[in-house]
Amino acid sequence: MTTTAVTSRAPGTRAGHSGFGRLLRAEWVKFRTVRGWVIGMLVALLVTAGVALLDHSACGGTVVPGGKVITGVGCAAPASGPGGVAVTDSFYFVRQPLAGNGSITVRMTSLTSGQGPAGLQPWSKAGIIITASTRPGSAYAAMMVTAGHGVRMQYDYTGDIAGPPGTASAASPRWLRLTRSGGTVTGYQSADGSRWSVVGTVRLAGLPAVVQAGMFAASPGSYQSSSQTLGGSSGSGAATVAAARFDHVSVTGQRAGGGWAGVAVGGPSPGTGFHRAAGAVTVNGSGDIAPYVAAGGQPGTSVEQTLTGAVVGLIAVIVVAAMFMTAEYRRGLIRVTFAASPRRGRVLAAKAVVIGSVTFLAGLAGSIAAVVAGERLLRSNGNFILPVSAFTEVRAVAGTAAIVAVAAVLALALGALLRSSAGAVTAVIAAVVLPYLLAIIVLPAGAADWLLRLTPAAAFAIQQTTPAYPQVSAPYTPGNGYFPLAPWAGFAVLCGYTALAVGLAVVALRRRDA
Amino acid sequence: MREALSAEWVKLRTVAGTKWLLAAVVVATAALSAIADAATRCPAGRCQVDLAKTSLTGIYLGQAMVVILAATVISGEYGTGMIRVTFTAMPRRTAVLAAKAAVIVGLVLAAGTIAVAGCALVGQLILPGHGFTTAHGYEALSLGDGPVLRAAAGSVLYLALIALLSLGAAAVARDTAVAIGTVLGLLYVVPVVAALLGNSSTARHLQQIAPMTAGLAIQATTGLRALPIAPWAGLGVLAAWAAVALLAGGVLLRLRDA
Repeated sequence: MTTTAVTSRAPGTRAGHSGFGRLLRAEWVKFRTVRGWVIGMLVALLVTAGVALLDHSACGGTVVPGGKVITGVGCAAPASGPGGVAVTDSFYFVRQPLAGNGSITVRMTSLTSGQGPAGLQPWSKAGIIITASTRPGSAYAAMMVTAGHGVRMQYDYTGDIAGPPGTASAASPRWLRLTRSGGTVTGYQSADGSRWSVVGTVRLAGLPAVVQAGMFAASPGSYQSSSQTLGGSSGSGAATVAAARFDHVSVTGQRAGGGWAGVAVGGPSPGTGFHRAAGAVTVNGSGDIAPYVAAGGQPGTSVEQTLTGAVVGLIAVIVVAAMFMTAEYRRGLIRVTFAASPRRGRVLAAKAVVIGSVTFLAGLAGSIAAVVAGERLLRSNGNFILPVSAFTEVRAVAGTAAIVAVAAVLALALGALLRSSAGAVTAVIAAVVLPYLLAIIVLPAGAADWLLRLTPAAAFAIQQTTPAYPQVSAPYTPGNGYFPLAPWAGFAVLCGYTALAVGLAVVALRRRDA
Repeated sequence: MREALSAEWVKLRTVAGTKWLLAAVVVATAALSAIADAATRCPAGRCQVDLAKTSLTGIYLGQAMVVILAATVISGEYGTGMIRVTFTAMPRRTAVLAAKAAVIVGLVLAAGTIAVAGCALVGQLILPGHGFTTAHGYEALSLGDGPVLRAAAGSVLYLALIALLSLGAAAVARDTAVAIGTVLGLLYVVPVVAALLGNSSTARHLQQIAPMTAGLAIQATTGLRALPIAPWAGLGVLAAWAAVALLAGGVLLRLRDA
């Protein structure tokens, strides 16, 4: 007899180091040799991708309840602003060319409703603007007085700097000034025309030598938020017109010829225009200069709409992940597992790594297929997809896979904690899927927001690709795809619950008999 | 059949989880309803809120407990191997399934009635304080009102049908996790997909055939014209789902080895 038969370990491997690697391998073999679980993963992958193909929404078509859908009409895509973001750019502009550095100063003495029963909106705005051109989507910086949000400096559609509160009237007029120096525009405001304060200084990329400077007015479509409307609040969009009166208009710098001329940027609309009398200019404008928001009945689809199927795939993943743990208890295999590897926390860790990796890959493959196929289908039906940066799109796709993976680990941990697949599966579905369902179609917006802050369903925020813009009134509700938490913060909520469950499961595994 | 019924009743009565799950049905339903009531406010009046439906929101959560209860009645026996003893003692397998269905429906009807009564009580306590008063044109929730009674009684029936659907699905799946995952997926996920698909005809068809959105149409007391499906027709859709699941379960029980 020799002593070589005592060890079965391959020469050169160390016990402590290779221990976890072997554990991983053992758990991986357990996973891949159960046919039902592998099929479950394939089902998850296929439904994640397949649901995107159910989306036959067609822009420009009308839906008659119970009737036929008219398709193929298509919708015009909104203008594209600096940085590629979709923008609303329509306002009335009284302008003149300004070459090189210079400034424009006005006194604004009123902001009133031009026409229409809807009246001024909180974000009805008028003031002065320096813009690269009159083409929609041009780079700009503007100083303005709004009907409900005080003096603001806004630039390049998404930028919004608050100035002092209050509106403009004959009794308390508002002085506004913009100065251009190279690529930099500075906005000033004053109550009396002598003491000026800076509201903001912004750098605009791609400002040409000759810019357009002048006065503008814009007023977005009427919107009434109704937080009690279930299934996402709705807004109505009757056009409104804002009328603003300016005097003490002065422009310094090199004028590139021509006097004041009016132009309806983004196309003419009724009731807009300007007239000059007794040294004053009155501008009537409609529309908005702001980022484009699709919520509230405006056409446009977000990328994340193609990722809907992940919720369906998630169910299959939760079932498989819970069984990956509970099946060991049901069959008594757990005693063999713990006899072979007495460090129980490590066993759970190995299982978590295996199920997390497998579900992440299945979720990722499904999500990529869903986005690629879904975008194609949506575009072919005349929809336009709101442009987002590549990083945002990757975050939504990889984030979806990460939700699937972390939810799987949560199901695994609850399976270890409860030792019952009924409890684990129901708990995870009730914690991740049910709050999401309640938030988007059942509860009023306020309660829906709290549900998506406190429950693991907050993680779906990682799919949101278009932010909610405070300078645009719209129904930013979960039903319309707007989450109360930032993408990564929402995902962190799910991770927190999962970490807690894993911690409790480790304690329970160590204390209990197997 | 009487022996089968009494055997199933003894089995279900003596399992520790049953009374906790029945209590959970009541507590979960009333608790979620209370949250929904508390979240619904109408200080100025004239809000388009369906008070009966809001008060019965808890069914969304309560049904999950019903699914566990009904699915484990049969999948639990497969998990422990008890099913072989059951079928040895009672070789008529469809009779076993029928007895299980009768016992579980009886229990769920009882628990569901208490849960819905709790919802009505919670609604009567909370909603008037949130602006839903007769002065604002809202009548107090009363089971004497025809549509409200239909919503309340229909919700109890809904839970019973969910129990039958789960029992049938568990008889097919023979595994607790798969059965519960399938049923809860069918209930919760289809409405999410329909909602995210937006205002398309696909979404409307999904809402008409999905067991939860169709079945819960029974809870609507206002805006019936805008519903994807009429209240009783919707409950009928759910009943069809339950019937198909039970039928498939019964046939497979006869055909397969235990």
